[in-house]
Amino acid sequence: MTTRLGPVDQIPPGEGRTFAVDGDMVAVFRLRDGSLRALSAVCPHKGGPLADGQIDSKVVVCPLHLNAFDLTTGCSLSGLPGLTVYPVGVDDEGHIVIYSEVPA
Amino acid sequence: MQQPRLVVIGNGMAGARTLEEILARGGDFAITVFGDEPYGNYNRIMLSNVLAGVEDESGIFLNDLSWYADNGITLHTGTRIARIDRAAKRVHADDGTVTPYDKLIIATGSRAWVPPIPGVHRPGRGYHQGVFAFRTLDDTRAMIRYAREHERAVVIGGGLLGLEAARGLQNHLSHVTLVHAAGHLMNTQLDAQGGAILQRSVEKLGIEVVTDALTTEILGKHAVTGVRLKDGTTIDCDVVVIAAGIRANAEVAQASGLVVDRGVVVDDQMRAQGEPDIYAVGECAQHRGETYGLVAPLWDQAKVLADHLTGRDPEAAYHGSRIATKLKVAGVDVAAMGLKEAERDDDETLVFSEPRRGVYKSLVIRDGRLVGATLVGDVRKYAFLMQAFDRGLALPEDRVELMFDLGGPPAEVSAADMADDAQVCNCNGVSKGTLVETVHGGCKTVNGVMDRTRAGKGCGTCKSLVQQIVEWAAGGEVEEDPRASWYVPGVPMPKPELMRAIRTHGLKSVSSVFATLVPGGEEDAKSKMGLASLLKMMWGAEYVDERDARFINDRVHANIQRDGTFSVVPQMKGGVTTPAQLKRIAEVAERHSVPMVKLTGGQRIDLLGVPKEKLPQIWAELDMPSGYAYGKSFRTVKTCVGSDFCRFGVGDSTALGIALEERYQGIEGPGKMKLAVTGCPRNCAEAYVKDLGVVAIDGGRWEIYVGGAAGAHVRKGDLLATVDSPAEVITLTGRFLQFYRENANWLERTYAWVPRIGIERIREVVVDDADGIAADLDAAMAESVAAYRDPWKERAAPATPGQFRTSLPLVVLPQVPVR
Repeated sequence: MTTRLGPVDQIPPGEGRTFAVDGDMVAVFRLRDGSLRALSAVCPHKGGPLADGQIDSKVVVCPLHLNAFDLTTGCSLSGLPGLTVYPVGVDDEGHIVIYSEVPA
Repeated sequence: MQQPRLVVIGNGMAGARTLEEILARGGDFAITVFGDEPYGNYNRIMLSNVLAGVEDESGIFLNDLSWYADNGITLHTGTRIARIDRAAKRVHADDGTVTPYDKLIIATGSRAWVPPIPGVHRPGRGYHQGVFAFRTLDDTRAMIRYAREHERAVVIGGGLLGLEAARGLQNHLSHVTLVHAAGHLMNTQLDAQGGAILQRSVEKLGIEVVTDALTTEILGKHAVTGVRLKDGTTIDCDVVVIAAGIRANAEVAQASGLVVDRGVVVDDQMRAQGEPDIYAVGECAQHRGETYGLVAPLWDQAKVLADHLTGRDPEAAYHGSRIATKLKVAGVDVAAMGLKEAERDDDETLVFSEPRRGVYKSLVIRDGRLVGATLVGDVRKYAFLMQAFDRGLALPEDRVELMFDLGGPPAEVSAADMADDAQVCNCNGVSKGTLVETVHGGCKTVNGVMDRTRAGKGCGTCKSLVQQIVEWAAGGEVEEDPRASWYVPGVPMPKPELMRAIRTHGLKSVSSVFATLVPGGEEDAKSKMGLASLLKMMWGAEYVDERDARFINDRVHANIQRDGTFSVVPQMKGGVTTPAQLKRIAEVAERHSVPMVKLTGGQRIDLLGVPKEKLPQIWAELDMPSGYAYGKSFRTVKTCVGSDFCRFGVGDSTALGIALEERYQGIEGPGKMKLAVTGCPRNCAEAYVKDLGVVAIDGGRWEIYVGGAAGAHVRKGDLLATVDSPAEVITLTGRFLQFYRENANWLERTYAWVPRIGIERIREVVVDDADGIAADLDAAMAESVAAYRDPWKERAAPATPGQFRTSLPLVVLPQVPVR
């Protein structure tokens, strides 16, 4: 099963936006190289909105207390619980797609 | 190819440390070590703790025998090297064995120097019964065993080692007298007054001290019964400990034809003079005429030698060490660095003496730089002074700040004395124990420890304490972090170099800086905000604004709150408002049920708890410019009511405050800039504690103070200039802020930057134009001023898709209480 979240250009390069996916809040980031990453949207530290954080090609930094998380693995770089990682991609029409399973 | 053979003579701290450094660099050698003591390698500095009974013998070993085995090192303990055959490249041991080498390191250290006092030795028996040196673990063991069965000890030598020995012996017998040939204790490090104060403190501990006392004879036929001094008096005792100094063990080197003066003479690569393959490190080495008896220089030497030998940096050079020591001598804190007394007529000397409390401080300043410091009994300013000494920093105008913390954070405790569970970082709740564990876990840079534990990452006031604890926990092994000098963590350049590179390559966007100046082109999230601010300052309207480089506050022009909502602070120049403005704010707040309306410290009104998606609408309804209460930027000018209404006011502070805010509104910088203008020296607008504060004084003149703060750090600003007109205040303010913007480190507030550069230097540039750059500074500032656009105008057409879309998760979050 997949969930389409609309056109990829609703996320400016290097930024993130939050989407509701199946009752979960998911932060989708569009890296400067064009690739996407999707993680749970809430910082496990104090509930900060991760989509408002700054990113590079590897990590997102929560805007509240600057805790960093690996964009690919969801692992915390400062000893916090990790984030859920969602398989994400772009379909033929340029729409963001969250896969419930990693596509073959 | 066969591994080159590396032989080390000496298994003390220097030899073993050098090997550790070589192994850490992946050095590929077949290593053989000779030590004449029968043990692995131990921390000689801790022997006084063993004597004092606060440390177990097992606790002082650094590398046990398995370390040598694990690293493939052949260790010969209890084996003394008798001769080096330089021509054949072999060493001959006392036991007749011969070992060839390709590279040889001499690390034989030093031994106790025993003055030629009649009675010290008994013919054929070594030391007289009851006489001990204090140098090795065996010395210490024998001394403890003997002292326990006796009552009175005399320690000869009132230096560091003698004091430690005296204090330690008190554990084992009832009466200790310290006899010192010089006029005062620790005469190498302290001046006479400091020595006298130390003496009082030591005497309070129950140690008798006799100075100006040359020992001329050890008395007693079979066992020691006393010592005789030069003036004829005798002191009864049954134990004598000699701690009169150390001498380099250089006999083997000398006998083997190496150049030896007071130690083995070495060059900047620690190579013995004229010998391509022989090196010396530690106390046995003499470099540029100096021999060192402390551990820090030894660490430096070991690194250089390891860099050189492993080829990591064949040109690595040791330039000597600036000696700064902080010790607890017999329970008394003592710190010393550089000169102990003035040497030239124009040297400045500062002395503070409080004998009753055992506190003594003396500083020597030359040409405005610290060249010497001595602290007894109170060493809280040590870290600060050491930095000033080591790096030649500018000193505060008010010299007393060198000796005492005035209006600073609460009294610091020394790192060693703090309890493990004591909270160091009050923002992120990090204890001393956590910091120490991190260091012991192998993280030995201050920044590294701060990154891992988040200590010092809140308000930052604990940084110096974190640094002290890391230094203490690492035991002198703190590693310099090159990143400490970089402007942002992800681009390996200090600010001036970075700015030059940005100009040379014409880099106008943050992504181009990463692509061009970072090896591998890797971007770094934590560097983006600092780079965005720098590029905006440098390029003004030409800056290529990439929104992802901005922190969320700067993307939506509001300050993010703990629950993900934002605060809205409209501009209110100089803190002056009107009934119409107040009404409009009230109506907006009411219409949108703003959870909290609050007056700020900067004389403005804050609407808190505004959801991101509502920001554009609220700005439209307010129809006031942004107050910039969210950025690393010019914030506000606080004013008093000035001459218009106040019966004391001598200058129109409100008008000047409004003019300043009008001109410099929204200017970004390395840190936020808070200003104030006050109408008389009563200072109701708190101008003395602002980044820039202006005070009207009688006669139509204005004083300008810079570098003040009253936040996490409290500091009274330094007087930059006194001028005759508001126009001059406005010009100098712009010039000062521009100088700060161009030169301060990222997030370095003026309260840190001004003392770092020195107010005299800032005055030279900003007021006297000694560098001839005033016009450039003014022009650059004028350009920034001209580039100002009210960011709240972005409401009509968002800068990016979804700029104001909520990122708020739909979960229950801690809410800011509604009052």
